[in-house]
Amino acid sequence: MKSKLNLNFEIANKARACAHNISLEVQNFIDKHTTVSVERTICRLFGIDGVDKNGVPLPNIVVDNVYSKNALSKGIAYYLSNAMLITGLTPEEIAKEVSMGRIDLTEFKSIDEVDTIENAIKTAEKAIKIIKANKEIRDKTLELYGDKEGPYLYVIVATGNIYEDITQAVAAAKQGADIIAVIRTTGQSLLDYVPYGATTEGFGGTYATQENFRLMRNALDDVGHKLKRYIRLCNYCSGLCMSEIAAMGAFERLDVMLNDALYGILFRDINMKRTLVDQYFSRVINGYAGVIINTGEDNYLTTSDAFEEAHTVLASQFINEQFALMAGLKEEQMGLGHAFEMDPDMENAFVYELAQAQMAREIFPKAPLKYMPPTKYMTGNIFKGQVQDTLFNMVSVMTNQKIHLLGMLTEALHTPFMSDRALSIENASYVFNSMKNLGDEIEFKENGLIQKRADFVLNEAYNLLMDIERDGLFNTLEKGAFGGIKRSRDMGKGLDGVIVKDDEYFNPFLELMKASSKK
Amino acid sequence: MSGGLYSLEKKEFDKTLQLKSVKPYGDTMNDGKVQVSFTLPLEDSERSTEAARLLGEKMGLTSPDVVCHKKLDKDFTFYIVYGSLNCSVDYTSINIKTQDASVMTMAETDEYIRTNIKRKVVIVGASTGTDAHTVGIDAIMNMKGYAGHYGIERYAMIEAYNLGSQVENEDFIKKALELNADVLLVSQTVTQKDVHIKNLTNLVELLEAENLRDKFVLICGGARITQRLAKELGYDAGFGPGKFADDVATFAVTEMVNRHF
Repeated sequence: MKSKLNLNFEIANKARACAHNISLEVQNFIDKHTTVSVERTICRLFGIDGVDKNGVPLPNIVVDNVYSKNALSKGIAYYLSNAMLITGLTPEEIAKEVSMGRIDLTEFKSIDEVDTIENAIKTAEKAIKIIKANKEIRDKTLELYGDKEGPYLYVIVATGNIYEDITQAVAAAKQGADIIAVIRTTGQSLLDYVPYGATTEGFGGTYATQENFRLMRNALDDVGHKLKRYIRLCNYCSGLCMSEIAAMGAFERLDVMLNDALYGILFRDINMKRTLVDQYFSRVINGYAGVIINTGEDNYLTTSDAFEEAHTVLASQFINEQFALMAGLKEEQMGLGHAFEMDPDMENAFVYELAQAQMAREIFPKAPLKYMPPTKYMTGNIFKGQVQDTLFNMVSVMTNQKIHLLGMLTEALHTPFMSDRALSIENASYVFNSMKNLGDEIEFKENGLIQKRADFVLNEAYNLLMDIERDGLFNTLEKGAFGGIKRSRDMGKGLDGVIVKDDEYFNPFLELMKASSKK
Repeated sequence: MSGGLYSLEKKEFDKTLQLKSVKPYGDTMNDGKVQVSFTLPLEDSERSTEAARLLGEKMGLTSPDVVCHKKLDKDFTFYIVYGSLNCSVDYTSINIKTQDASVMTMAETDEYIRTNIKRKVVIVGASTGTDAHTVGIDAIMNMKGYAGHYGIERYAMIEAYNLGSQVENEDFIKKALELNADVLLVSQTVTQKDVHIKNLTNLVELLEAENLRDKFVLICGGARITQRLAKELGYDAGFGPGKFADDVATFAVTEMVNRHF
């Protein structure tokens, strides 16, 4: 790709190096810790699912058993593996026994450490096989039907009722949507467990549960085969259960998952140690499952001015990129996020949006960038809103964004009606088709507004990254550099679920998944 | 497509504005022109287009014209309908109580603070006593807020401190003084055996004992909190279900100005 912006790639590389050091320092912390959610994920990956008669998920009961005895530093795999070897039961059977108070996992110590680990790895391979098979289905289907070249049209459904969501999703697919995302019910990020089963009630969204994933996946496969297209399914890892949701997504063949290293900390006041440890394992799983992750930089722009704070978006993208690489994700799986959120009344707003979108494209050439529509300045004037979305669509097609989150004219009013979605898809399809090659035809004026703007933002981002590298990420978060939000390292939700690993701790999935991701 | 560019119908109606019977305006006074759009769970066909037109009539449109019908899916069609509304509203009979303080948006509240208070407002909140439920206080304070109503942390002119759960009243007051709080938000979710009443009352008593009550704007909130209960217990306001950060912030800052903070 020829640079239209005449960007100083030396600065971009230096910025990358800073980001690398920043995440390396954090990775050292991550490698020494686990969380209750990571351990519950291991339970799920071992085949433990379901709830007890009070509706408490079995993975929670199993992990609580060990956590309440202050023994979780060895990791749940250690106890489950030993319990399997000693009792001859499967992990599911063991979980039921624990929930009935008939087994205390902490009583199962290793007789032979090697046996413990080998058995854990053997058990882990079952889940690996399932996830690998899903990956193959996706790859085969894409090969059969082909994959779209231009931007993927990403639409959301959010009725609260999975069955109603399916109706909306199927209609959207038929109208041309490529990715369906089911928005989660408000507040799910703050639950320290994942709800179970199909759900029909939610506020502003639908619960993310494994059964809801399965139902939607089936529906999209059905309509996909009819349309001879592979329809991608997206959900959200964010919150206190990042890796659990990633695992459920891997089991049910989700294709895209929201996974931001900093979102939970900044916007949900989740403890930073908890989120940083959680995001690592969840990304390892996403990486292995061939999932494209989406990061949440759009959120900074709803807090801060999009023109003034553009450099924080770029800095965050560099950091998210490094954390993703450390978890074994390929560049082609990194749907780094950004958004069209400048004040529409600003002179040349469109020109600056164009500059920033092109800049992201050139700095992250292989990334399936996720471009998000205006929200902050959308109002009840739906007709103007439709125009705001049109301008957004134009920037997207001109700069080859890959994951195009459809703007809705009714963004400020309600979760989309079927007709809102159809009008939005019609808008985007029209612009994408009629402006298909415009981007290729354009060169930018040397040292003009656009080139200068991109250069400015890149330099500001680099300066910010140097500061963060000097201070370290924990200190930076405490100072409030992102979105003006300050967070203390020992405050926020979920800190008590962060555990220091013991020397004997092991997570059998980490090595199995990362080793394969490298291929 | 229906209708040409020019309407050939004679406009046989009074073209002077009548405040006792105000109608929508297209391009002629009292022409009643409206545009509506909606989806019907019906297959796109002449029959369903007629259904849309009939619905237009039922909505009060005279001579409704379905100008667009667009298939959304096999059994869903979207319609745009134009017509003349045959009803009106008596503007002279409408009374709006303007003293109902309207809720300010985040931007309006920030501007209000800049103009009237001229410094950042400090708001400290927590779920107090034995209460471990923070969903309420988080919904009011966290950046993302609740249902699109951004939390107080997000306001440029507010320094917000969410102390979390199970904060004892004494510690709450201590922290409030340390942080130079202007406004205190107390969240109570658990109401078993009226524990919330005891705890809320206790806080007021402690503040009064140390002559601190007037130093703060004191607000409580929760699933079972009402304005009435709050005032009874000695709070300046109470916010229950259906209230958001903008309601709380609007009250807090206007109260500060009213009490000359």
